[in-house]
Amino acid sequence: MAVRNLSLTVRRGEIFGFLGPNGAGKSTSIKMLLGLVKPSGGNAFVLGAPSNNVAVRRKIGFLPEDFRFYAWLTATELLELHGRLCGMQGAQLRDRVPVLLEMFGLTPHRGKQLREFSKGMLQRIGLAQALVHEPELIFLDEPTSGLDPMGRRLVRDVIRAQRERGATVFLNSHLLGEVEVTCDRVAFIKDGEVVAQRDLRAHSESEVRVAIRARGLSKEVIAGLTRWSTSADLDGEHLTLTARSTADLPDILRYLVAAGADIFEFTPERVSLEDLFMKIIGKDRGL
Amino acid sequence: MGVWIMARVTFREAARKKLLWSAFLGGIAFLILFATGMHFQYKSLETRAVAPFLRYQLVNGFLQVGFYAIDLLTVIMTVLASVDTISGEISSGTIHAIATKPIGRWQILVGKWMGLVGMVVAYVALLFVGVVAVGYFIGSVLPHNPIRGALLIILECLLVLTVTLLSGTWFSSLTNGVVVLGLHGLAFIGGWIEQIGEFTNSQSLVNLGILSSLIMPSESLWRRAIFEMQSPVARSLPVGPFSQAIAPSLTMVGYAAVYLISSLALAIRHFDQRDL
Repeated sequence: MAVRNLSLTVRRGEIFGFLGPNGAGKSTSIKMLLGLVKPSGGNAFVLGAPSNNVAVRRKIGFLPEDFRFYAWLTATELLELHGRLCGMQGAQLRDRVPVLLEMFGLTPHRGKQLREFSKGMLQRIGLAQALVHEPELIFLDEPTSGLDPMGRRLVRDVIRAQRERGATVFLNSHLLGEVEVTCDRVAFIKDGEVVAQRDLRAHSESEVRVAIRARGLSKEVIAGLTRWSTSADLDGEHLTLTARSTADLPDILRYLVAAGADIFEFTPERVSLEDLFMKIIGKDRGL
Repeated sequence: MGVWIMARVTFREAARKKLLWSAFLGGIAFLILFATGMHFQYKSLETRAVAPFLRYQLVNGFLQVGFYAIDLLTVIMTVLASVDTISGEISSGTIHAIATKPIGRWQILVGKWMGLVGMVVAYVALLFVGVVAVGYFIGSVLPHNPIRGALLIILECLLVLTVTLLSGTWFSSLTNGVVVLGLHGLAFIGGWIEQIGEFTNSQSLVNLGILSSLIMPSESLWRRAIFEMQSPVARSLPVGPFSQAIAPSLTMVGYAAVYLISSLALAIRHFDQRDL
């Protein structure tokens, strides 16, 4: 059984990361949500409708893992076909397709057949077809695999642009760096079960580590930080502080300045997703 | 709407693949060969001053060879063109980007079927009209009931096409090809067994032949087609691929039609229910 007891809630308008080692059931979960695979038991609801509902797919975009399509189609034809399948017609398509080609840097290749496309270009056109009808909810299965750094940057920007448009993005990935800079919230899946969910943007509630580089930090000054922090280690000019809440950071900064410290750096560090991943998933399984 | 989009893209896919054009070129090459053969056949009969009645029978017999050849070409072409359609798209994952669009799975399958039907009908029509034209303009002979013959050959190809799609919802492309050609081969051998049974008055052989036609009725449609098209005299010849002592009944033709519709329904049902 690839997936069991899978229970997830994704909020509208957020970028949701779905993390787990290879073979954890990430792709199978997406396939179930899209009605490609039937769960042996239980229900999946997407945008309030059962996952096998055809009409609701008008609001859903999907980039399959390892996107592939008819090699004989040109880039323009592929987008037109997918647009038509989503119910778009005539002028609507003529306006939308060039915009997408431009967005993904494929305008010079619009007349090329897919057989001439590199893996990275295929991935881009795959993402473009997922967005052709401006869906409310977008499932992306490993969208940056096979992409060079420029391509990854492009995908990241596109994903953020979708959120700004008000769309929800469900991102399936094992590239933690990507997820960390893109996602609002993540769920960890292991052996087909969701083992943890984390909010990557909610700092005010949680502890935060701050790296400070400053001169003129006396022991007394550091002792005064205990109001806000649980630990403080000074090493030369470098002070590493664990603050109880992000909300306290302005007070800490004001306090240090008032105490006469010259501050060169003041950098809150987010909890590394990789650390979190290792802690939750365990070190016994590789990525 | 979804059906129409899928039908169009499937037809265009076939038209852009080298396969179809190779098949068309192969068909044209065959027609040229056939026309040349017909020309020399006709000339030699003319110079030997064969009696018109006998000449008609011989030229007509040659025409039946032409139909036999295009039947073989079209069936093989039908299998090759459709063997990868569903199964290949499932194994490559291409289907994922389509099956998640706001169209039902039945629309995908029926659309693909319709696109391939369009292609198969065009191919059969081209070759059939070619053979009839060669017979008429070079050999001065027309088949009996060409329309019925053409429709039966088309029905045969559509049956093979539908069974290929059905099998493709279960098996990989290679296995699919083996299954369908195996079934058609079984029907082919069965047809011969039935004829030999008729010829040697062996009821058990005839029954075996009928059983094979029930398992796969494609070959019996060809046999009915050629029965419809040949001259009454040729019908009286005892045995052979072009002369049928006993043609498959119209009941068998009806059975084949039901077989086709059931195969399509089953393909839709299985494609709809399977995991992709």
